[in-house]
Amino acid sequence: MRRSLERHWYAYAMVAPVVVVLAVLVLYPLVQGIWFTLTDINESTIANPVLDRPASYSFVGLRNYLNVLSGDSSFGSFWSTLLRTIIWTASCVVLTYGVGLGLALLLNRPMRARALYRVLLILPWAVPVFISAFAWKFMFNSQFGVINQLLGAVGLGQPVWLGQTDLALVAVVIVNVWVGVPFMMLALLGGLQSIPADLYEAAEVDGATPWQRFRDITLPGLRSVSSTVVLLGIIWTFNMFPVIYLVTGPAANPNTRILVTYAFERFFSGASRDYAVASTYGVLILSVLLVFATFYRRALRRQEAFA
Amino acid sequence: MSIVQVPVTRIPLRGKRSRGRSVALHATLVVASLIAVFPVFWVLVTSFKPDARAVAPTIRLFDESSLANYGDVLSGQQGDFLAWVANSVEIALLTTVIAVFLSATTGYAVSRFRFPGSRKLLLSFLVVQMFPFAVLIVPLFNVLLTLGLQGTSIGLVLVYCTTSVPFCTYMLKGYFDTIPGDIDESGRVDGLSPFGVFWRLVLPLARPGLAVTAFYAFLTAWGEVAFASAFLSASDESKTLAVGLQVFVQQNRVEWGHLAAASILVAIPAVAVFYLVQRFLVTGLAAGAVKG
Repeated sequence: MRRSLERHWYAYAMVAPVVVVLAVLVLYPLVQGIWFTLTDINESTIANPVLDRPASYSFVGLRNYLNVLSGDSSFGSFWSTLLRTIIWTASCVVLTYGVGLGLALLLNRPMRARALYRVLLILPWAVPVFISAFAWKFMFNSQFGVINQLLGAVGLGQPVWLGQTDLALVAVVIVNVWVGVPFMMLALLGGLQSIPADLYEAAEVDGATPWQRFRDITLPGLRSVSSTVVLLGIIWTFNMFPVIYLVTGPAANPNTRILVTYAFERFFSGASRDYAVASTYGVLILSVLLVFATFYRRALRRQEAFA
Repeated sequence: MSIVQVPVTRIPLRGKRSRGRSVALHATLVVASLIAVFPVFWVLVTSFKPDARAVAPTIRLFDESSLANYGDVLSGQQGDFLAWVANSVEIALLTTVIAVFLSATTGYAVSRFRFPGSRKLLLSFLVVQMFPFAVLIVPLFNVLLTLGLQGTSIGLVLVYCTTSVPFCTYMLKGYFDTIPGDIDESGRVDGLSPFGVFWRLVLPLARPGLAVTAFYAFLTAWGEVAFASAFLSASDESKTLAVGLQVFVQQNRVEWGHLAAASILVAIPAVAVFYLVQRFLVTGLAAGAVKG
């Protein structure tokens, strides 16, 4: 131990600040957050030095978990919200990846105005997400929004996009895909460009069809980039807050409620500042993600072993 | 891979593309570009219309258009826009400085030295990436209350460091990995301390990586909505842009024209800077991720 300290003291010294920051601002809060899920902490029982009020919450055991996991609607209908979160995540990631890959493939060939297309297609990434959310909320306006006016002009129906129906979920998926495609596209474009061109030439000499070239060269060549961006995409979308909150808010719409927005609702909105339930949701979200990431990595490793 | 640019290996033209396929290719890309650009264009058009005209029963590009919205927003007649800008800049800059400084030393240590615990540390950075804000929001709120920082911008800076520092460390580690270790060794031979090597040799070489990391940290803090909505005090002048702009969106009445003008004012510098750094950003992001 002492020898290790002597040998590595400068490494430890350089790492120390970050370890301290992480310990104080992530680890300690995490432990405390888990503890809060076992209590009945809320706005009136949390310690508040400004009001000179000590903490008065008490230990309640697993009550919060039982309440939430019972799926009761007064605790956010956990199971149906989880299902909606999964539908939301899956549809967003599949669409974003599909469109991103399609555009990357198109952009990866020599043609006129390639650089111009690239810049135009990146634009949604450059706009801050809260601005994009407002822009789409404006365009989805049921009476005067430009989307419905265009639909009306070509003789189609003019649905109420952001009402209390599942159409609102479709709307936020559209927004999130619009926001997310540029990142996917560019990451995949980088991946495509790292595939050696002579592989394609050799395949062509051997008489491979375009589809075969795509399946046997492009997709395997993209594997490492794909697996990373898909994992990132899933985690980001699962936790995506601003798009849903700003497009359908400020009054929460139960048809677009995902786990994260409900936790925030519980923490923040008006009468029900129930910090204990908000924390419980947080811990459950984290558990779902950790379990998922573990399986994902294992599946990837198995896939690599076969390849 | 690293934050250096991926060399562009052009795929040679496989024969000549037929006319029909060429048209289809360009048509697809034009449609996609239109979809990408249109919302921004529409906000721009709307920003010149009065609130009442922004939601008119027929679509018009120009409808009593003028610069009035911009005047109102900038003069503070509609929300304290300049104060929001100042808050956003202050919070984002502070976050950036702290995050880059902390993550540079750690990224370097993790990149260069094999010490017990270094792998675990890196792994923990990855796991922290996965944390939804919902896990930390209550305890961080509690910490800030206890410290008396609830409702202040310093409190928000601390909160943003929890997400920025691990991510920046990861990115910078990837960048430091691309700087040859020979440089460090020759520095040591010339009598520099480990810290001297880092400070005098490696940091200057890593300037592009630092720039990208800083940009990323800045943007993350600049656009964050959830913590900013929850942790800033309710008074109008303490808000960031992401929270302040919500003032225009009331339950029953939305000031679309003013919101659009404010949005354009926020988006233009972001788009401009983004345009300058985007090619580095992509490869940098891919690098940090792929190495994991």
